Formats: sequence, structure tokens, C-alpha cells
Amino acid sequence: MSTLDLTAHPTIKRLLRSRWPQLILQLIALAGFLVALLASWLGTPIGNHNFAIVVVWIAWWALLMLLLVPALGRGWCSVCPLPLAGEWLQRGSLLGPRLDVSGRPRPPLGLGRRWPARLRNIWLQNGTFLLLALFSAVVLTQPSATGLVLTVIILVAVIVSLVFERRAFCRYLCPVGGFIGLYAQAAPLEVRVTDPAICTAHTDKSCYVGSAEGYGCPWDLFPGSLTKNTYCGTCMECLRTCPYDNVAVRLRAPGSDLLNPSGRRLDEAYKAFIMLGGAIAYSAVMLGPWGGLKTAAFEIGSLPWLAYVGGLLAFVLLVLPGSFLLAVVLGRRLARPAPPLMKTFVSLAYAFVPLGLAAWIAFSLSFVLTNLSYLWPVVSDPMGWGWNLLGTAALNWHPYLTSFVPPLQALVLAGGLGWTAVTARRIAEQLGGGLRLAWPTLLVALASTVGVLWLLLG
Amino acid sequence: MKAHSLALLLLGVALGLPLTLLAARGLQSRSGVVEVHARVAETGGWTPETLSAVAGKPLRLRLISDDVVHGFAIGQGQAAPLDVEPGRPVETTLTFSRPGRYVFFCTRWCGPNHWRMRGTIEVSGPEVSPEPASAPLYLTLGLDLDAPHPADLPPAERPSASRGAQVSQSMPATVLPSGNLRSESPAQVWRRLREAPETAAMTDQELWDLVAYTWRSATTTEALVEGRALYASNCAACHGEGGAGDGVMAPSMPAPAGMEIGHAAGSPANFRDSQRMLGASSAILQGKILRGGMGTGMPYWGPIFTEAQTWALVDYLWSRSMDYEEVR
Repeated sequence: MSTLDLTAHPTIKRLLRSRWPQLILQLIALAGFLVALLASWLGTPIGNHNFAIVVVWIAWWALLMLLLVPALGRGWCSVCPLPLAGEWLQRGSLLGPRLDVSGRPRPPLGLGRRWPARLRNIWLQNGTFLLLALFSAVVLTQPSATGLVLTVIILVAVIVSLVFERRAFCRYLCPVGGFIGLYAQAAPLEVRVTDPAICTAHTDKSCYVGSAEGYGCPWDLFPGSLTKNTYCGTCMECLRTCPYDNVAVRLRAPGSDLLNPSGRRLDEAYKAFIMLGGAIAYSAVMLGPWGGLKTAAFEIGSLPWLAYVGGLLAFVLLVLPGSFLLAVVLGRRLARPAPPLMKTFVSLAYAFVPLGLAAWIAFSLSFVLTNLSYLWPVVSDPMGWGWNLLGTAALNWHPYLTSFVPPLQALVLAGGLGWTAVTARRIAEQLGGGLRLAWPTLLVALASTVGVLWLLLG
Repeated sequence: MKAHSLALLLLGVALGLPLTLLAARGLQSRSGVVEVHARVAETGGWTPETLSAVAGKPLRLRLISDDVVHGFAIGQGQAAPLDVEPGRPVETTLTFSRPGRYVFFCTRWCGPNHWRMRGTIEVSGPEVSPEPASAPLYLTLGLDLDAPHPADLPPAERPSASRGAQVSQSMPATVLPSGNLRSESPAQVWRRLREAPETAAMTDQELWDLVAYTWRSATTTEALVEGRALYASNCAACHGEGGAGDGVMAPSMPAPAGMEIGHAAGSPANFRDSQRMLGASSAILQGKILRGGMGTGMPYWGPIFTEAQTWALVDYLWSRSMDYEEVR
């Protein structure tokens, strides 16, 4: 599949290599984050009039799930304000590396420990996402709960940065980073080396250890062997540090990584089910007609909430992966010779990435367009203190494009199912099983799609 | 080095801009406007509950709802009610001409304990001669508001003021009840009429209709309309739109502590119950409204309603157990 090298264009390359555009975007995000943090703690407790709730869970979420992740993959991670404080402390600089008298980069501040080997996976991120999901009904609606979550996240991010090297928090702990990485595999953008042979021969490995031009890969990757987007934060450090101009940012066919058989792992496979199951569960709780379910999700600590927690965890960790496992077992019986069970399970799970992304987009469409008009009053009165900075404080709530949303959701889900079907068949072919191996998996995908459609449109 | 300085400057701007919100908040808090937060009574009611003002000087308030729609008003008709919508602070300025203790209260049914959302404004100022205040009628009469007072012989059907008007045409004027009837119950007046020789030929129901006509004649259409509005906004949630004690809040009312008058067990008074209502006097109803139900969940309205409003409400309550055509 052909790609388009964006960095072949000098202006784009200069913009990407320069630290200033990135820094300015980071500072804008940081300022917004601080306003959100202040609003969450000091502003009105009315969620739809509080900057933290409206900007974080409606505006930012819409930007992330409807635009950034589908188009840029981990693009958000390159400007995310959460790791900035820790990273700047670690580096002792807002821009390029600090140099010693001999012109070499100074060692990073902090303990600089390696992240424990047995935790170098995304199981912890699966856990942090699920932990947040259990409290999401409250976190998404109550400013103080959002404030608590943001405060804990930023404190943990700073502490982890000062104890461990690079962006250990982003890579192994961030509840958002985990699923952005998963879905970045479907993105039409990638950072890759142009000629791996140059990297192999390059003894300094400045892209990994850093140089006077930039930092060693903050995501603890060796760009020379980078074949998937999952853990590349698109920070552009390798573009800055490569002395051979061997790193490119390229447009490509969306979803290329999903068909790459190398590096498929159980933690990522499970992430695909956690995310798909999460989209289904969120749709049921937040958009479904079951008042009892909503109440249970809100009453943290109560018996109904414990039942909700049990149900949610059972669904995303057992029912959905279990259904898929049955489909894999059935597929293996139909396909001869059958590939190994675990390899089939892990590999075919990647086919659910497009469907999961489509489910989240469809779910997000339902509330983002309905609630986006809350944004105009909160930018004028971010704390709900009765201000009217931009003259928009009195604008009333108004849902946008209500008749347009259901067909768009159906289209997105149909597209996601089709993409999943094509991906599943290609993966099954890679495994030597062909369509016989794939079709039970397609039934699970179809059932999931029908379920999401019913919850969103039924 | 210049680049690093510029980056630091930009960082300062990024951190400083949000912090200016706090500075602006500080200025706002020193603007002389008092912020009053409203939450449903179960989570705190008004904060602060007590405000201070000086007679003749404006008291500027910023009213902020932290949960649902509330209303704000000052008792005794001192200020028109305001709606306080969540997330939309409203400002108002009050000026009290006389020192004293004023009650502010919520005017929107915000929750089961809505009526507990009350606060006080202590208005200081030079001593002035107090306005002469008359004691409520039930105190003057020494009535026991909690004593049972059922009507001995309630009417077979709802007494009608319009039928009573026709009956009154054939009655000598001297027989018709007259004067201030607020201390008497309809049942007492009916008993007096029953015992009068001039009414011997009349049926019991005709006499009840005559009582209804008498009660209706003692008030005005304007008072009934005002009473109906007061009832709708303050009473209907518990006592029901029609007065049958079946308001939306009734199921959440506490069980009464041995109260008899007008109360079925565990429910607000049923104003359509002839036996219970027609044995009460206007003075008792006024007392109930002013003092409250003392443990039944019935709020006290003394600091809220003016005397005229209280009597208008009492007059309207009679229209629930007697048929006044204008306010069905």
C-alpha cells in the first residue's frame, strides 16, 4: 500500500521539527486544563454550567473521539497537558535539551528508573480505564468528581515522571492513553523511519538516547524498529534527533497496523473488548431507558452500584471476550488446519478495533451534538459565578442536527462493521484459516453492532 | 537563551491567565454583593441562612442555585419573588425601611422539604416605634388548634352558595347570620339556624346551602382569586390541586403526631372532607396557617403571608368544602 510522505514538504517538516508550534498548543491545552481544574474545585456544582464538565467531557471528548483519534491517532498525546509538568521537571527545560559545558545533553532530573519489566504492557491501563468507568456516571456529571480525577491523574503523572524515566505514565498508566494507542492503529497517519538499514548501522541511536537536537524517545521506543502506532506518541523527537533525516511522517491506508501480524498481544486484544464493551455499557447507562441502571451507576458504594460494577466487569471481561472465544473455537473447528487457539484469539481480536472505534464515535455523536451548546455559556462564565465575559452566558441549550445524528450513527456503525469484517477475513487468511475461521467472529461483531444500534437508536 | 526566556514567558501566560479568574473572583467578592447559595433543604438549604442589613441602605444579593430551580422572596410581601435557575446567578437589591427580622424563603417546590428553605435577614437601624400588631384571632379567642372539632351533622351533599342565595330570598333578613363569623364554624351557624323557629319548615340541606351563601357573602371574588393563587403556589403540592389532601408531595409527608383536625393518618388535611372542615372556624384555619401543624409536616406561614393574604387563603379553603361557583 502506498503512503504519502508529509515531511517531504519542507514547510510541514519545518513545522513538525520546530518545538514552538507544539509548545504553543501544549500551553493552550495547559491553560484550558488549569481553568477546568479551578472550575471543578471552585466553580458551580451544576455540571452543565461548569467549564470542567462541559469542556472536558463534551468539547474535548468530541475533539478526541470524532476528530483527533480517527485522523491523527495519538496526535492528542503530543500536546496533552497531563504529563507536561512531570516531563518539564524531568527535562529541566520547556524546549530542547539542556546542554553541559561540553555541549552534551545533561542527564534527566529525577530517579530515572526503568519501568518494571513485568509491567511493560497495558494491563494497568486496562485497569485504570475500567476503574474510571466504574465511577463514570458521577465523574462525568459532577465537577468535584472530575476535579478529583484530574488532580489524581496529574499528581500521579508528576510522581511517575520523577521516579521513572521517560513518559512511563503515558505509556503504562494513563486511562486515556491506552485506548488512544489501540485506536491509533486504525489512523491514517504514521511516524516511521524511511530506511531501517540506516538505523541499524547508526551506532549512536540518538533517536533513543537523545542528542543536542532533542530527547531520546519519550515513549521508550526505538524508531528504527517501529512498525505500529500503538505506543508512538507522535511527539516528533525522533524527527529532531535523527542525524540522517531518516524519519518521516506519512499518510497511509487507515488501519494498516491491524494487518501487521507482529507484536500482537493479549493485553491489547483484551483492550479491544474492554473498549467495545465499554461503549456498549456507556450507551446502556447514559442513553438507555433503564432508570434503575442509571440510579445504580450513580449510587456509588450502594448494593445496586456493586451489582452494576459486577455486571459491567463481567460483561467487558467475561461475556464479550467469552463470546468471542466461543466464536474462535467454532472457527477453528471449521477451518482445517486450525491455527493455535491463543494465537487465533489474540490475532482476530484486533479485527474489533474498527468496530470499537465506530461504537465510540456513534456513542459520542449522540451526546456531543445534543450538548455542545452548553459550551457557549461556560466559555463566558467558566466558573458559573454569573459572569458574561464573551456575551454568550445567556444562550440557551439547543441540540444540533438531531435528525442528522441517527443516520450518521447507523452509517458509522455499518462502516465499522464492514471494516471489522474485512480486517477479520484478512487476519484469518494470515493465520491460514480463511473465511471459515473468520465467520463466527463476524457473527459476534454483527451481534455487537446490532446491540449498539439498538441502544443508540432503538 | 532568548528562546528559553520566551518559552518561560509563554508558560507564565498560560498559568497566569487561569489564575486571573481567581483574582477576578477576589474583586467580585469585595464588590459588596452578598452571595447566597440555594440548595434543596436536604443538602443545606440557603447558605448563609442569616443575612444582615441596615435600614434604609441597599442590600445587594447574588442568588445562586447549586442544584435545581429555586425561588427567592421576602415574607410579608416585602419583595416580588425571583426565580433562581441552576447555573444562572441572579442579582437583586433590597432596601428595608424599618429595622426588624425578615424572613426570606424559597418559592419553588424544589423538594420534599422545600418549605424548610427559609432564612432570616436581620435589619438594624435606629429604634423606631413598633407598628401596632394585633394578636391572631385564634390567640385572642384562646382556641386549642389541635383539639378535634368534627361537625356533628354534616350535610348529605356539598353545600352550595348559589342554592343558598335562592333560599335566602324566602327568609326574613333577621334570621340570616350576620356580623363577623370568623370565630364560628359553619356547623355552629347551621345548628343555630336549625334551632330557629323560622326555619322549621326548611330541610337540613337548605340550611347548609344557606350557610354556604353566608360564608361566600362574607368574602370577595378578589380575595378568593388571591387565595386560589396562594394555595396553588404554596399548598397544592401537599394538599392537592383540588384540596383533597392528595398532592404530589403527600406520600412523602411524615405521619402526624396524634393530630385529628382535618388530617387522615399520615396524609395532609383533606379540605373537601365536610365533617372535618365544617366543624372548624376561620379562626382555627387562620391559626393553623400561621402556626403550622406542629409535627405534621405542615409549615408555619406566619412570617411569610400578610394578614390579608392569610384571610384570603382561609376564604379560599372554604370553597373546597362548600360550593362557590366562581372558584370551582
